[in-house]
Formats: sequence, structure tokens, C-alpha cells
Amino acid sequence: MREEPTDEVNAAIAEIARRYPQPRSAALMVLHFLQERFGCLTPPLIEQAAEQLGLQPVNLYELVTFYPMFRMRPAGRWHLRLCRTLSCALAGSAELHRYLCEKLGLDPSERGPQTTPDGRVTVEFVDCLARCHQAPAALCNEEEWDRVDKGKLDEFLRRLESERGDELG
Amino acid sequence: MAAERRLILRHIDQPGYTPDIDCYRRHGGYKTLEKALRLEAAEGPDGRRLTPQERLRQEVAVSQLRGRGGAGFPTGLKWSLVDRTSGKPIHLICNADESEPGAFKDRQILYKDPHQLLEGMILACYANEAHQAWIYIRGEFIQGARILEKALEEARRAGFLGNNILGSGYDLEIHIHRGAGAYICGEETALIESLEGRRPYPRVKPPFYPTVFGLYQCPTIVNNVETLCAVKHVIEMGGAEYAKLGSPNNTGTRIVCLSGCVRRPGYYEIETGKVTLRELIFEESFGGGLREGRRLKAVIPGGVSSRVFRAGEKVKLPSSDPSEQGAARAVDALDIPYDFTTVAAAGSMSGAGAIIVLDDTVSMVEALANIAEFFAHESCGQCVPCREGSFWISEILRRILRGEGRPQDPDELLRIARNIAGGKTVCAFGDACARPVESFVTKFEEEFRAACGARIGAPAGGE
Repeated sequence: MREEPTDEVNAAIAEIARRYPQPRSAALMVLHFLQERFGCLTPPLIEQAAEQLGLQPVNLYELVTFYPMFRMRPAGRWHLRLCRTLSCALAGSAELHRYLCEKLGLDPSERGPQTTPDGRVTVEFVDCLARCHQAPAALCNEEEWDRVDKGKLDEFLRRLESERGDELG
Repeated sequence: MAAERRLILRHIDQPGYTPDIDCYRRHGGYKTLEKALRLEAAEGPDGRRLTPQERLRQEVAVSQLRGRGGAGFPTGLKWSLVDRTSGKPIHLICNADESEPGAFKDRQILYKDPHQLLEGMILACYANEAHQAWIYIRGEFIQGARILEKALEEARRAGFLGNNILGSGYDLEIHIHRGAGAYICGEETALIESLEGRRPYPRVKPPFYPTVFGLYQCPTIVNNVETLCAVKHVIEMGGAEYAKLGSPNNTGTRIVCLSGCVRRPGYYEIETGKVTLRELIFEESFGGGLREGRRLKAVIPGGVSSRVFRAGEKVKLPSSDPSEQGAARAVDALDIPYDFTTVAAAGSMSGAGAIIVLDDTVSMVEALANIAEFFAHESCGQCVPCREGSFWISEILRRILRGEGRPQDPDELLRIARNIAGGKTVCAFGDACARPVESFVTKFEEEFRAACGARIGAPAGGE
């Protein structure tokens, strides 16, 4: 994976910036784009984007460190966001989070993103995903999971295992 | 028996209804916009000549539509506050940052009927002579943003967006702006800061309304997703006709989100004020009641920012009978009609329509700890009372859950909450995080006292 922005990336940033009367407004959309493209927001990426938007690096760093969805370290290939807020908690999401963390050797008391040592899975206990009627709700990469239960998590864990098997195989 | 009245959700969930433009148009979509763009100037009720745009704004004012994002601010009034003399461009932003725990209504529209939102938005932009508009969608709605991008592209191709829309000479461009996981961006001035590429710190008021100084210091309208869809129906039906739905000062329909301990959690569109909380929770056409053997304990009527009602609680409402001259009468909290005015008069709020039901298996201490952790995490940190207060409230509740509560902790929680609320912070988040604390601890005092007094001899553990 290349970490240096290419001409193509720069062109994409310029294209996003064109949608706004002021280039600074493009900051969030540019950061989303870079994170999706490169997996995480490294200092060279942030600084290059800042320059292109006519900003100081700190103008972007202060966004990356504020908004929970941005990250400066890579997430796992699977990023599972499980909802911790009230309606999902009433449907047992805390137990599911603990169960998953224990299975994966992660810390159940940590709500922020944590990644398994093999870099395969990131688990995060997030705030309301706006699917309270399908509690407990989760977001696995871009896939929306409803009414998550241990069976669903076991299925996910088996999928991880078979993936690992394929890679070793 | 109370029933749904689907206006905005009319087609959503019908078999075969898809989010693409062809399906929307087959169901009469964009007809209202076509009609509105052909509207001509005409004489208004006061004999003044109204431009087509003014006529549309007039309909929205007559409809008495109130914002569906949480505050219930009259949409027509908001639009009338727009500074149209500044010479600066007028911007419109659709607030699609739906993040209030318990709310999931906007998401249904965004994912399943995006063109309805676009039609409402284009109408609102045309009525207000805005040529640039944004949809601020919460970052977690990844698929939603993609669905909207596609819908925008379809609308552009069909000539509903871009230059000279349908030959009317009117130009409009709408862009999508994704948030990135911060609840505070739902606050309209924070949202504007976020859209300007800054940290979403809510702005100091005054000026109170972005309608004067908003995005790039230009007059800006921020309307919620459901509100903009309602605008489409107001224009389609006519303001006076729309105002016949619902109840006085609470006109039209509202989408109510029901979650927690009910059999049938989900979204239900009702005529505002025509259905009571009890009906919403217990009737088969809505929540379907509680699970076998459970009893109702509490209802959060308008998202976690609202004050909780205790089951059996009597609330005082001014009498609607004119002969009693507004004398207060006591009513069971569950029997109040679900609307803006009555829920507020009963001491809480309907907010974004998010009702969370708690039954007798739920620990109120645990529920409040969950809510408090949310607020502690989401406080933007700009104002000290909110940043520190929300943190310590959450810490104290965690301590109580660990079995280490001190007898004075319930009072301490109330003291901290009172030191946050009441205009000590830049935005309403401070009050929002204080309200559940104040209402839970006061209305379930014995449970909180017991949780704190049970320290000695209580088994260790919990978390």
C-alpha cells in the first residue's frame, strides 16, 4: 500500500474541494477519502492534504483528533462497530461486546477501537447507530447488522478462522 | 383505536418500492416540484403581490409546520428570519446527522426514499432563493451517503438539479457532506462549523439564528430531513389542508421511533397529538405492549436528552376547557397526546420523536450510567461545566455500579447536573445532559439511594 499521495489522489482532492465555496470546507470529505483509500491518516497524507487545501497541518490534525471516525493508525481488515447506547444496551450489547473481546483476546473494558495483534479485526463499542429498533445494532465495515446475538458473532468468528485457514493454506 | 397516518412514509416498505428515481416518479414524485416551478406571482391575503417564492413560503407559514429535528421551531418562522437584504447568497443545509439515541426516523427516508428528501429540499431552496445546499449526513451512514450520491446524480440527469431547472431559469446544486462520528454536529451552529472544516464547537449566541449569520457568515437555513419531506407535502396539499392534520400548534404528521422494552419496536407515522404515549406503547398497531410478564417502569419520551416519565406519574396540564381558565389538572403521563406542546407542558419534550420504553427488569442506575457515558463521550469540551460535569456524572455512576456508591452520591449527581444546566454553556448540550440526571435521580430517588447505601456487604463485581 502506498502512503504517498499520487497525482491521481491530488486530483481527487481538488475535485472534492471544487464543490465548496471555500476549500477548507472540504476538509472532512478529503479526510474520509484519504482514510478510505489508505486505511488510515498518516502525517505525510495529512500534511500533503493541508497544503493542497491551503491550510496549516494543525487545521487537519485538530479534526483527525476530534472526530471519532478518523484514525492515525490502521484498523483491522474487519472493523466491527457494536452499539453501546441505551436501546442496544437493553438488548444485551454489553455482554456481546465482552464476549467478542474475550474471544479475540481484547480488553472488554475498553470502548475505543482495539485491533487484534494480527491486524485482522478492530472492535469498537460506539454510540448510537440510529437503528435502535433493530437492537443490538452493529456496523461491520460497511455492512449493517441487525439484532446481533452470540450466534451472529460466532458466525463472524468462524469466517475469520476460515479466512486465516485460506491464507495459510 | 389509534392508527398510523402515513404521509412521508406512504410508500416506504411497500413491496417493490425502491430508492431510485424511476420508482419515485412512478409514484407521483417530482410532480409537486414541477408544479411549484410553474407558479406565478399572485395577490396574497393582505392584497400585496407575492412572488412565486413568497407564495411557497406563505404555504409553509400557514401550515404551522414545526421542525422535526428536536426543537420544534416553526419552519415558516425560521424561513421568515432569513436576511434577504444582505446581498449575500442564502444557503440551505439539510441536517441528516441523526444521532439522538433512540432516533432512527431520518435514516428510513435517507435509505429508502431519498428522492422525497431531494424534492422537499429543492422546493425549500427554491422558496428561499438558495442556489447552493448541502446534506450533512452522519458519518456512520456510509450506505446512506452512497444512496444519496446516486439519487443526486439521477436528479441532475433528470433536470431537477443543476442550471435552469426544468426550464425555469432557477439554478441549484446540492452536495453531500459526511460527518465523522460526533453527536455535537447535530447542533446547528456546530454543524455549520463542521461544514466550514473546523472542529464542531457550537457558536456563541447571539446571533441566535444562522438565518442571519450562518455558513460563511451568510444567511443559512438548517432544516431536518423529516421537516424537508414535510415541506414537500405542505406544498403538495397546500398549507391550510396540511394544518388540518394533527392538532392545533402541532400540525401534520410525525414519525415516532419506538425502541427499548416493547414487543414491536419500530417507526410509526402518526397525526401529531392524535395518539397518546399509552397507545403508542401498548396498542397492537404500534408497540404491541411489553414482553410477557413485564411491567412498565419508565418512558423516555424524546430521546435520552429528555426528562424521563415514571410509570404512573401524574403530570399537571393546563385545562383545555376555556371555562376553567387554564386551571391545572392532573393526568397520567401516559395519557398525554404525543406532540410538541403537551409533552413540554408535562415537563419533558418530544424532541426528535424517540421514545425509549423501560420495563421492570431495567435498573434505572444502569440506564442512567449508560446515558451519562454517552454525554461524557460526546461533550465537545468547549465549555467547562459541560465537559467536566458530564465526565464526573459518568464517573460517579460507574462508581455506584461498582458497588462503591457513597450515600451522598445522589445529591452530588443533582448538584453537578444543576451546575451544568441553565444557560451556563454555549449550546443546549449542557441542559441535555443534565435533564436525564435530574429526572432519573429525582423520580427514582429510592432506587439511587438504595444503590448507594447497599455498599456495605454488597458483593463486589458488576463491571
